[in-house]
Amino acid sequence: MASRNFNTLCTSGEKILMEISKERNNNDRDNREGLKGWLNPSRYGWERLSYWLQRLTGVFLIVYFIGHVYETSSLTRGLDAWNAMLQLTQTPWGHLFLILVIGTSTFHSSNGIRLIFTHAGKGLGRPGRPDYPYDAISLNYRQRSGIWVALILAAVAMLYGTSVLFGGK
Amino acid sequence: MTLRESQIMKIHYITGLAALFVVAVHIIMRLIMPFNTSLEYGNVIANYHNILYAILLESILILIALHGFNGVRIILIELRQNKHWENGVTIFTIIAMITIVAYGTRTIIMANGLGFE
Amino acid sequence: MDLGLNKMDKPIDKIGMLGKKNRIDDKKNDETIPEKILLKVFRAGGRVRDFAHFDRFEVPVQRWTTVLDALLYAKSYQDSSIGIRYSCRMASCGSCGMKINGIPRLACYTKISELAGSTITCEPLLNFPHIRDLVTDFSQFFKHHKEMQPYIHNKNADIKDTRKLSEFKQSPEDVDKYLQFSNCIKCGLCYSACPTVATDTKFPGPQALSQVYRYYADTRDDAIKERLDIVDERHGIWRCHFAGSCSVVCPKGIDPALGIQLLRGYMMGFSKNEKKIAELMDRLSEE
Repeated sequence: MASRNFNTLCTSGEKILMEISKERNNNDRDNREGLKGWLNPSRYGWERLSYWLQRLTGVFLIVYFIGHVYETSSLTRGLDAWNAMLQLTQTPWGHLFLILVIGTSTFHSSNGIRLIFTHAGKGLGRPGRPDYPYDAISLNYRQRSGIWVALILAAVAMLYGTSVLFGGK
Repeated sequence: MTLRESQIMKIHYITGLAALFVVAVHIIMRLIMPFNTSLEYGNVIANYHNILYAILLESILILIALHGFNGVRIILIELRQNKHWENGVTIFTIIAMITIVAYGTRTIIMANGLGFE
Repeated sequence: MDLGLNKMDKPIDKIGMLGKKNRIDDKKNDETIPEKILLKVFRAGGRVRDFAHFDRFEVPVQRWTTVLDALLYAKSYQDSSIGIRYSCRMASCGSCGMKINGIPRLACYTKISELAGSTITCEPLLNFPHIRDLVTDFSQFFKHHKEMQPYIHNKNADIKDTRKLSEFKQSPEDVDKYLQFSNCIKCGLCYSACPTVATDTKFPGPQALSQVYRYYADTRDDAIKERLDIVDERHGIWRCHFAGSCSVVCPKGIDPALGIQLLRGYMMGFSKNEKKIAELMDRLSEE
């Protein structure tokens, strides 16, 4: 008898909570951080920063890719169209933009390679018995250095790109 | 025939890795002679006439279109989750991939001289 | 990173310094603990937008005062209508999760002395529907967990015949493969920190996915394919991008990100897991 009452109490409680949720038109979106959660990378360490940068560079690069395919198609309209396109893009601003593209693609590629290894479960450590201070083993120096390497490679590539584009013959 | 998400992600990783190599070659082609010279009309057309280079460009197109638009698809389906949105995103992704590959291939073929006056 | 442990005499100071590796929003070592702090508590009624405001309380603190202590002081002596969930006060039940100074933390596990500044802002956890003040609704969080079938599946285990004392043979090494993931207290901090959960309503969240790994790695469980089919979905495990925020905020060191990536490695075919299903030994009870 007693156990049945207890059961009813528990299930009634759950029912009440579900009803409250429905009442408030809770379509699961309540209080979700939304896009703001993506845009602020500053609170949770290196991996969150790498996630933010990977997405940002990826979106930038696909936009660049579409523009690039369009701009190179001016080739099919003959010499004049091609030269007009070059006038538009071979300018200091155009060069700066290209340097940005070089940096973002280098970062996206190197970080992407690191992520392929990570998503395959490599380089993260083995599960064990956590102890105080309960730091996560997957957020280790290997991953942090991987992110730094990607950033440094991007910087080096941008420097090289600057020397080619602006220091040209 | 619908692909499982794990198969789509395998394609995403493989195209990303492969694209790295082909794009690297594409960039190096701009560096084998002074940068400004490499962008002159005649030199560019000469590149397109080389069948290997045309194949390289075509593979860049396909690999990057797959990788990039799949990435956009992932970002978009994470933003909203109703049936219309998700179906729309899938259709948009496929159409975008086909469009850009078709448009780029047109450039390659025309520049290669097969349809070019 | 040299924490200067050798220069400290008292063990109690050394213990205090040990927790500094991955912490964000840290106080510098030589800052003194203020005697009073300003506690800003988010107050709101039934809906988040109804009269949402911050109430300010001045609370005296001592060396080991936790945020929960401060909140309960405010509730006891200043405003008894503060809505707050807590239970064990020792990071074991997972009830007191909230956003403290912008980061999801357990109130009972966060000392005032480890937070920078003398204003502590307490807000309800993000990504959970809001009920009142600092209390949020966990029903969807539990629903995602239930969908992962968080129990052992083993077709050989006969749980109906009570005369058989069946026992799984599992070595300590087998247990270590999944033990850390079974420490989960379902506090919801990881769910709150995850960027995918922030926008994707169908994503199960780091907690549920790490539990899939926990059962996958358990040698007693033989339903590998079924479990992987549950998460091999458009909004399943593949929407994790290893942002690692879940592991940063987890108070028990479960490292859900690790579990999820290891599971992905198996699904992609990168790690071949020759998982031997644990042997079931039957012993009839003496009757």
